Amino acid sequence: MTNDDFDAFSVAAIVLVCVVTLAVGAFGLRLSRTTSDFYVASRLVSPTRNASAISGEYLSAASFLGVAGLIYERGFDSLWFPVGYTSGYVVLLVLVAAPLRRSGAYTIPDFAEMRMQSSAIRRMAALLVVGIGWLYLLPQFQGAGLALRSVTGWPTWVGAAVVVVTVVLGVAAGGMRSITLVQAMQYWLKLCALAIPAFVLLWLWTSQGAPGPLEVAGPDADLSAWYEPLTNFPDDPYPLYSTYSTLLALCLGTMGLPHVLVRFYTNPDGRAARRTTVVVIGLIGLFYLFPPIYGVLGRVYLPPHLAEIPVDQIVLELPKAAFPGLTGQILAAILAGGAFAAFLSTASGLVISIAGVIGQDVLRPALARVTAGDSGVIQSFRLATVVAVVVPFLGSVLTAPLGLARTVNLAFAIAASTFAPLLLLGVWWRRLSVPGAFAGLVVGGGLATTATIVTVVLRPDPGWLATVLAQPAAWCIPAAFVTAVVVSLRTPDRIPVGTAKILARLHTPEGVELQSLR
Amino acid sequence: MVSGGLHPPTAVVVLVAAILIAAGWMLWRRHRERTHGFLSDVDRATYETLHTVSLAAKPLREGLTEDGATRAARHLLDMLHASAVAVQGVPRTLAWVGAGEHHREEVREHTASVIRDGQTVVIPTGRLSCDDLECPIRSAVVAPLVVDDLVVGALAAYAPESSAGLARATEEIAGWASSQLQLAELGRERTRAMEAELRALRAQISPHFVYNSLAAIASFVRTDPERARELLLEFADFTRYALRTGGAFTTLSEELRNVERYLVLEQARFGDRLSVSLLIAPEVLPVQVPYLAVQPLVENAVRHGLAGKTTPGTLTLEARDLGAEAEIVIEDDGVGADPERVRAALDGGADGENVGLGNVDARLRQVYGDEYGLVIETAPGAGTKVSFRVPKFAPSLHQGGASVVR
Repeated sequence: MTNDDFDAFSVAAIVLVCVVTLAVGAFGLRLSRTTSDFYVASRLVSPTRNASAISGEYLSAASFLGVAGLIYERGFDSLWFPVGYTSGYVVLLVLVAAPLRRSGAYTIPDFAEMRMQSSAIRRMAALLVVGIGWLYLLPQFQGAGLALRSVTGWPTWVGAAVVVVTVVLGVAAGGMRSITLVQAMQYWLKLCALAIPAFVLLWLWTSQGAPGPLEVAGPDADLSAWYEPLTNFPDDPYPLYSTYSTLLALCLGTMGLPHVLVRFYTNPDGRAARRTTVVVIGLIGLFYLFPPIYGVLGRVYLPPHLAEIPVDQIVLELPKAAFPGLTGQILAAILAGGAFAAFLSTASGLVISIAGVIGQDVLRPALARVTAGDSGVIQSFRLATVVAVVVPFLGSVLTAPLGLARTVNLAFAIAASTFAPLLLLGVWWRRLSVPGAFAGLVVGGGLATTATIVTVVLRPDPGWLATVLAQPAAWCIPAAFVTAVVVSLRTPDRIPVGTAKILARLHTPEGVELQSLR
Repeated sequence: MVSGGLHPPTAVVVLVAAILIAAGWMLWRRHRERTHGFLSDVDRATYETLHTVSLAAKPLREGLTEDGATRAARHLLDMLHASAVAVQGVPRTLAWVGAGEHHREEVREHTASVIRDGQTVVIPTGRLSCDDLECPIRSAVVAPLVVDDLVVGALAAYAPESSAGLARATEEIAGWASSQLQLAELGRERTRAMEAELRALRAQISPHFVYNSLAAIASFVRTDPERARELLLEFADFTRYALRTGGAFTTLSEELRNVERYLVLEQARFGDRLSVSLLIAPEVLPVQVPYLAVQPLVENAVRHGLAGKTTPGTLTLEARDLGAEAEIVIEDDGVGADPERVRAALDGGADGENVGLGNVDARLRQVYGDEYGLVIETAPGAGTKVSFRVPKFAPSLHQGGASVVR
């Protein structure tokens, strides 16, 4: 759908979101925190607020635009996506949240170093964090491009550039540096931006007699592939396998996302980490009630046989199709602003994480060598921010989008095949050895990456092989686990010294004094 | 699905793959250079031996442990060209690598005289009996491992025939292994020395503060007994915190709570002349800091910055989130100081005035490394700004190390 008419309302909403984000980032801490009262100043971040911040950073373009698009295109099978995005936190809650917080690690490379006491594994983990983060940033930038094109008709790189500039200014200037309050507000902003238009649209729909997608499509159309579960699509002939593989990737991938773990550090202890995770599950579950509404209503007001719309734009186009006129424009503006909030918060969280790793593990040692130890933390962090943003920006400009949710799923699959074995075995298995952990990372990361390369470069004809390669999680994750376990069992002499001590610390509840540890 | 241009995941994935391939190629090149360089056979043998030596050195640096001895013994076996190598400690047999593991139980007996006398012993062919005719463990050379003139173990090399070459090689390698163990001992001593230094650097409460606080409390005893009681309780809590025994670390929020107690006591003395402004990022409150790292800096600001001032002064305490690090800034608009004198205080030049600064600086450097010391900006009449950074995750703090867990 070409939009020659420039949608002033939506552009105003987007500009407003960008400016407010920058302003709050620059002055937010100062506004909220100057006091002479120690009780106020030293109040820890409450689990609810931290959970809002985690949710605000986690709900990305894929959630805001992609899920609705998938449901619009593929039907009820895609409902597994929001389920998977949420259930990842259940796994996180049950298996790793509290031990990870007790480990004192700030990033995944920190955890790797602390648990395995190996700088090789730390470097490998740092490399993976950067790779996964870049892959995750790509759809954020592309989504921004799509959203801006949808409301202005400008080429897609403009939207990506707007997000890049805002994020770099915010992060590098030091203002937006992962302020919990700002990210927490982002969650409520996104929720309102998605929920209010949804309620208005639902009201319109019911007042029109609630026509279903079948009635709109007419008696001749065959929509069974859309409303029946586990139906075949030409590019997906094994829906059962694909669904399970996707679910596995989402369940185990969440714990490996670079910007999620960082926030858990804000919790004072393991118990607060668990409580935070429970609230996150509630908040994210609440949010995911809304994208399906857009997917289904899209079928009503923009049936695919009448409208040719890129599926990821369905959320933005829907209000204008349902309400021609001012109401539709206002609703579209709210959604566009919300979508930009999603791009900005997720992108800034990711950029901070990636830049932290690049700055700490790559740039600072290099800069220290060049300038003989004369370079500051801030300089290397700023330089790292630019590096962290430029690579995925070029990727988003030079490449054609694959679909927001699907690109994000690739990031999840790689995270699940690499960090899930490292974290789960690291937290729960005392016989994990250094070569075992390393081999798990290499095999999981290598297989998942290779499968993706083969799928998208060679494009095998649809068939079981193509499906297996397109959904690598179901076999990459077990392969990584088996490799890590077998190699560890074969190298029992390379189990890190002090493993028992470390595990005792990870699993001892707060309030229990461990005398023997000292 | 895709009409033109590149495919996004393809690009990323191809990039990652290219990096992996490049890394693999470099490793392979390096391996090839190591094995097929332009070297004569003698040179290559020398380099290979040197390489094996360096491989064996690392596990030995951990001292005589079962794990380290086993890993080192593998490389020692390569160098000695014997059938098996055993490492005996006092009193246990630590490692057996090579053929004939069933002789492991006898190592103790073979090495007993060496450990007692510190002299290399050759056990000639025939002295070692074995039911297995194929077993190559027929003779042995046993050399002592000596650290600080004390025999701490023995290295035994087993072969079908003992030769002069094997005896010489075993003795030399035992000597070299002894020097590595000596290094391990030095390393341990250095760690102990550092821990002792850290204990000696234990933050101190300044005696001035104790006198002044008690004097201030005394002045309230008659006029405002209730206030005096509260201040005494604050004083008790403060001293309990400052004199506690236990870990050397605490969270920033605990430390701030203690700064609050300190300031309540100082405000009893200064009254309205001291106002405090706080700007704390809540994200950094759970960060681990050396305990009593902030309070002495606040005390320094109050005693040297604001006490000399006639007009009311403001103390600003700020904690910022710098991503992987937290920055803590203590600023006062007091009388300031001569930078040279502050430098002298940091270097430990004892004019006794800024003891707190030097102490905190030394402890920060000790724990986190030299780039994490105090940064002080001051000039006479211009106030003072003291800041330092703390990494959110410090590996030295979290490896279950000796003095630092909780």
